[in-house]
Amino acid sequence: MIWNEAKECMSRDEIESIQSARLVKVVNRVYHNVEYYRKKMQAAGLEPGDIKGIEDLSKLPFTTYEDLNATYPFGLAAVPKSELVRVHASSGTTGKPKIAVYTRRDIDIWAECAARCMTMAGITRDDVIQVGYGYGLFTGGLGAHYGAEYLGALVIPMSTGNTEKLVNMMVDCQATAIACTPSYLLHVAETLRDKKLLDKVKLRVALCGAEPWTDNMRQQMEDLLHIKAFDIYGLTEICGPGVATDCECHKGLHIWEDHFLPEIIDPATGEQIDSSICGELVITTLTKEGMPLIRYRTKDLTTIDKTPCECGRTMARIQRFKGRSDDMLIIRGVNVFPSQVEAALLTIDGTTPHYMMVVDRKNNEDTLEVQVEVEDRFFSDDVRGLEELSGKVRSALKRAIGLNAKVKLVEPNGLVHSDGKTKHVTDNRKLY
Amino acid sequence: MLTKQLTIFMEDREGRLCEVLEILKENDINVLSASIADNGSDFGLFRMTVSDTEKAYEALKAKGMMVKITEIIAVTVPHRTGSLETILKAISEADINIQYMYGMASEDHQAAIAIKTDNQEKALEVLKKVEHVTANTN
Repeated sequence: MIWNEAKECMSRDEIESIQSARLVKVVNRVYHNVEYYRKKMQAAGLEPGDIKGIEDLSKLPFTTYEDLNATYPFGLAAVPKSELVRVHASSGTTGKPKIAVYTRRDIDIWAECAARCMTMAGITRDDVIQVGYGYGLFTGGLGAHYGAEYLGALVIPMSTGNTEKLVNMMVDCQATAIACTPSYLLHVAETLRDKKLLDKVKLRVALCGAEPWTDNMRQQMEDLLHIKAFDIYGLTEICGPGVATDCECHKGLHIWEDHFLPEIIDPATGEQIDSSICGELVITTLTKEGMPLIRYRTKDLTTIDKTPCECGRTMARIQRFKGRSDDMLIIRGVNVFPSQVEAALLTIDGTTPHYMMVVDRKNNEDTLEVQVEVEDRFFSDDVRGLEELSGKVRSALKRAIGLNAKVKLVEPNGLVHSDGKTKHVTDNRKLY
Repeated sequence: MLTKQLTIFMEDREGRLCEVLEILKENDINVLSASIADNGSDFGLFRMTVSDTEKAYEALKAKGMMVKITEIIAVTVPHRTGSLETILKAISEADINIQYMYGMASEDHQAAIAIKTDNQEKALEVLKKVEHVTANTN
């Protein structure tokens, strides 16, 4: 099933001509309405007239997280505040959050995109869908909610945090679809199994996103729940779930090219490269009014396949992510940078700046252990003193990254490698 | 009655205790008493008295271990029912808190214990007045 065949199955020529026309428009809009973009373009010696189509895309300067930070909160808004209807922000809790603002039309287009994704996963107006993403600043909950409503499905806005209630309602309301993070779905599956409710559920499809996952996990959830599971991609800055999804062929995620213009760059040089070569995914929003983003660097590493898909869609497919061009980790759906952990540790007397983050996935839940070196002068013949130190580290981390981490105190020099370089992350999840 | 004790920080890691004991053996240091305290999850403290505290301290430090020297009270009491209770009661009645204690090597028919309190000086005074309590010289 295809939600919007006229758009999703356009020829490559049609796609590119729409993209060119929309790119010209959005560049004009930001040049005239957003001082920050205008200055950036002027600094690059560019005028809106220099951008005549997608072939000129690479002339435009990039937009990065640093730009979002510098213009926080509304500096990149391209319409008056009265036109804005919604704010979303990233999950990180230190520093300024990544924020995005939406107009009424932005919300509608987002819903259309999410509805396309859901249809691609086989969800229809006859489905009962539980949205198990958090509702709030995070785009997951409301994004999936609006998409499912737009589609006409019956939405159960579960949000997160009460698995018991979720599984009970899944049985009672005979839910047929669920949207949540892949690790949470596996947790739900295990809860159902433990409660011996597996044969009482009518679930047939899951749309999972907000964190990287593997084909192994797909297999696991499909086997356990007898469902079909699909991968959905989105990011706070662009719009949440609904940017791209994989179809039943599972050969990459179709990205809605009439709204999002993707390209691949070499993250080291910033040069646009052949999109079949792995590099950093850069997205330009073509229709966004509230906060258009020009060549936004996602830091996600992938390739793009523009050949038509067996499913009938012609929209390009981004491949499963092969990693990040920065050191960001996604733990339980929360974006975490090692620098946040480092900053938190620096506020605590008694620890050295050496640390190691060990990320793992146990019983389908991400775990984070932070190993911290105890400063020699702080060490005493006292278990309680060290426990207090460990407790302080735990609460500082909770404040900084919003996650409960296990803290392990280690001996000084226990974390420095023989080559003098200190590695700060060990990710045992093998997600890429 | 005061004796020097080593406290070694132990990461929760297999084989760590053996590493410590090997270093002591290589340096010809005899372990007179030992005790392990842990917080149940991520680390432990290995406390011990040895034949040559300073030498052991240097040797362990040289291997990068986190080690501290602490003074504990080392006493012997007659090896019979009620002995331990007698001294602990004396300490408790003086409003002194015991932080930890463990058994030590001792002569025949004597029981030796190591005690760490939150007021070592006062505890010493108290114990000096208790009958049959003597310093453990082992």
